[in-house]
Amino acid sequence: MWLLQSSIGKKLIMSISGLFLLVFLLLHMSVNFVSIISGEAYNEACHFMGTNIFVQIMVPVLAAGFVIHIIYACVLTLQNQKARGSDKYASSSKTKVPWASKNMFVLGIIVLGFLGMHLMHFWTKMQLSEWLGEEQALGYTLVSALFKNPLYAVLYLVWIWALWFHLTHGFWSAFQTIGLNNGKWIPRLKVIAYIYATVIAVGFTIIPIFFWLVPGK
Amino acid sequence: MDKTINITLKIWRQKNPKTKGNFETYPLKNISIESSFLEMLDILNEQLIHEGKEPVVFDHDCREGICGMCSLYVNGHPHGPDEDVTTCQLHMRKFKDGATITVEPWRSAGFPVIRDLMVDRTAFDKIIQAGGYVSVNTGGVPDANSIPISKINADEAMDSASCIGCGACVAACKNASAMLFVSAKVSQLALLPQGRIEAAHRAKAMVAKMDELGFGNCTNTGACEAECPKNISISNIARLNREFLTAKIKD
Repeated sequence: MWLLQSSIGKKLIMSISGLFLLVFLLLHMSVNFVSIISGEAYNEACHFMGTNIFVQIMVPVLAAGFVIHIIYACVLTLQNQKARGSDKYASSSKTKVPWASKNMFVLGIIVLGFLGMHLMHFWTKMQLSEWLGEEQALGYTLVSALFKNPLYAVLYLVWIWALWFHLTHGFWSAFQTIGLNNGKWIPRLKVIAYIYATVIAVGFTIIPIFFWLVPGK
Repeated sequence: MDKTINITLKIWRQKNPKTKGNFETYPLKNISIESSFLEMLDILNEQLIHEGKEPVVFDHDCREGICGMCSLYVNGHPHGPDEDVTTCQLHMRKFKDGATITVEPWRSAGFPVIRDLMVDRTAFDKIIQAGGYVSVNTGGVPDANSIPISKINADEAMDSASCIGCGACVAACKNASAMLFVSAKVSQLALLPQGRIEAAHRAKAMVAKMDELGFGNCTNTGACEAECPKNISISNIARLNREFLTAKIKD
């Protein structure tokens, strides 16, 4: 099967799963943003995410998206290291390339590590407990309490900005792999990638800072 | 009189593909800054022969930047620190007096070292043999405008065709991917009517051969484009992806 065996096929899987995760991130950020506008509205949005049927169908699809993206990242990285050969260059490469593009795998590991922590802190207490029929923690109370902890807030920001680097390369790279690119659109997509990554990262960053700075929230 | 410099060379020496190689250091005095990098290596080899030692083996042919034979990974750059030139067009004025210059062969699983700085690049020939041609003889130069071709396509095909197949893209890529080379070869033909007919088959066959020969997967870092002596654009890679994916989906 060419999709699973050819280099471009495997890259297409990375690209499509990546694009899918990009859409999810935008949605997640928008819902989170509600929390700084109104606590009540945020709790309602959380409840909706835990009960709406379409969302419940999408959750396993989303999880599969993550798993596929991670598995193929490992497969491709291992193949690439093998292709580089056993003898390495003695002089380190001086070729100018964006830092993020060389470190996508490491950035991915950082994002994944914090994702585990994030799921434990929020997802198990919110969506999972709703599924299990247990009493669900009020989303707003949970967010507000966790972000008041400075250590958690700082770790959260490290996570989000590692994600920013990952997205700056991932966004335009996904289009390049599908072939939706040319001499004119490469620079444009790179700019859009920076805009998208920054909107996501700033959106997520405002929330802990808001809970930190505004007393009584 | 030309200005001259004294340099120290750290050169990879390896007897044959099977033995383990190592770096040897050679001091070299009074090198004219007007000499090319390969002329400098010729001087080194003269010196080594006079000392009764084995000269350094390196690839070279036309020495005017069009044949794609010369290689060398010089101080962390394929084809050295100068922009958009091959090693033979690199001049010693790019180096400072007293500098230490590290010279290595291309490194990748697809290009095994034959001896010293010479690597086996027949993998590229095999990729071309897999589909980088037009099957029927299309005759001599056709009359101008008998087959209308847009200026944009003509220019892009010409730019893609300027790839000399030196392998700097593979040498520069952290994944040792040959995508820039393959995409340039697919593009130069796919953009013109004579090559268009077999474009789908060509993309599939050349990519399959590239994968089979152990080149890596492109992660769009753009290192190939930055080091390419002929300035081949990664927009060719997007075109190859497009050609390959549409061909496979149509099947």
